[in-house]
Amino acid sequence: MKAKVILEGRRVASGRAEGEALVSSEGISFYGGVDPETGKVVEKGHPLEGKSVTGKVVVFPTGKGSTVGSYTLYRMRKVGTAPAAIINKEIETIIAVGAIISGIPCVDRIEIEKIKTGDKVVVDGDAGKVEVKS
Amino acid sequence: MIIMLLTKEEKDMLAGKHGNAVKSSMNILVSLGEIFGAKRLIDVSSVQIAGVSYHNLGEAGLEYLSDLAKDGKVRVLTTLNPAGMDMENWKNLGISPEFAEKQTRVIDAFKRMGVITTCTCTPYFIGNLPHFGEHVAWSESSAVAYANSVLGLKTNREGGPSALASALTGKTPEFGMHLDENRQAQMIVDVKAKLATVPDFGALGYAIGKKIGKKIPLIRGVDKASVEQLKSFCASIATYGGTALFHMEGITPDKTAVPQDSITISDEDIEKAKKDLNDADEVDLVAIGCPHLSLKEVGEVAHMLKGKKVRKETWLCVARPIKRIADQMGYTKMIEDSGAKFACDTCMAVAPLKGRFRGLATDSAKGCFYGRGSNAFKTKFMALPELIEEATR
Repeated sequence: MKAKVILEGRRVASGRAEGEALVSSEGISFYGGVDPETGKVVEKGHPLEGKSVTGKVVVFPTGKGSTVGSYTLYRMRKVGTAPAAIINKEIETIIAVGAIISGIPCVDRIEIEKIKTGDKVVVDGDAGKVEVKS
Repeated sequence: MIIMLLTKEEKDMLAGKHGNAVKSSMNILVSLGEIFGAKRLIDVSSVQIAGVSYHNLGEAGLEYLSDLAKDGKVRVLTTLNPAGMDMENWKNLGISPEFAEKQTRVIDAFKRMGVITTCTCTPYFIGNLPHFGEHVAWSESSAVAYANSVLGLKTNREGGPSALASALTGKTPEFGMHLDENRQAQMIVDVKAKLATVPDFGALGYAIGKKIGKKIPLIRGVDKASVEQLKSFCASIATYGGTALFHMEGITPDKTAVPQDSITISDEDIEKAKKDLNDADEVDLVAIGCPHLSLKEVGEVAHMLKGKKVRKETWLCVARPIKRIADQMGYTKMIEDSGAKFACDTCMAVAPLKGRFRGLATDSAKGCFYGRGSNAFKTKFMALPELIEEATR
């Protein structure tokens, strides 16, 4: 019997998605830090360097870098390299706007320490909830 | 569920009754309002949009803009930040035809939406100049600092998509800098340093920004400051600190409560800032106009360059309307006869220059930051007369 944990947070961008968690202890800059054509993290020295965010529920503390990052998420959604959903500890405008314009479910104010890479996660963007099936 | 109070019209906009571009714009604004605790949306009278250079936008941004341009039209006066090239004279500045084609498509998408397509970081020099106290939605960190502080407008630091959303709806969520309680100074900065030149004010912005970060300062001890000096200061403090607003006693118009804590800026702090911004031995690009040059600065440069020849690539970054007046005044001929070039609609921070030059000389502290970061230049930071000396040597 596997444990199931519900984490409550705040709605950022609506929609529901399920996927495997990819957790980063550091912030992510989608502009410059992620290659929109491959979905891979390319920032030198980043904990997720070389890993693909495509189809994953990407979990990280907060966004960083250029506001152009919102457009990068939009591009990724169009070419099919976007994450399935985004979970942040504290949202800022780059990720928020990127998720909203791209239709990527997104919640914040989540205790992200309780999610491990590889966990099966369901994100409910409308309710602002995350279900973790480890 | 939406907690914010929306009017009937706003609800209709969100429901898609005013078209797709309005619907998706309202979705952005309402979502941001909910996240940042706004109680309602308020009207804005002016918008400045960043995220114009194809160098930064890429195919993603171009697609987004083209989608919105299908049925989006701006509802308030809206101007644009610099593009990645001079929209008319790009060949002369070494831009590739492939880049020019993409950049032109970006500008065309904005034009279809009714955006004024003169591309400048100084919208206040070309007629986007609301009056004291008005709510606006501006992006471009130097213009935001200038708007909030020097002009007494009220704006958050918008990103490209949120500013465009405000342009297409005439609305912004009421939080942050739109509320007087968030516009009060948090730290006194006593300036005990001599300030004379534009780089002195750039160095002041650097020194304060590095010390207090995003805090709102009440700056005392600056007797006078020209528009050009304030423009440079705004760009620098926003780049190195991140504040959207400062108060400068006797110079800026907003009232503020007086905070408890204070720091001092001395001559040594200014010298240290200048030293930090100087790391180039050799210069192969002299660029001025970050933020874009005022009419007065263009006139000064014209008279300094008259009868001389530049020996290094020399760029004057300006808004096109300012260049048109320079044409009329004969400044353009004086400048171009020396071999210096106008770079209208663009600047050294957003043009794709990486690999083309190694050492940048400029009077802009912000220009040093972006020259180093985006273009991997080393920099020399100096005042206008020395820059002309450097260019003509």
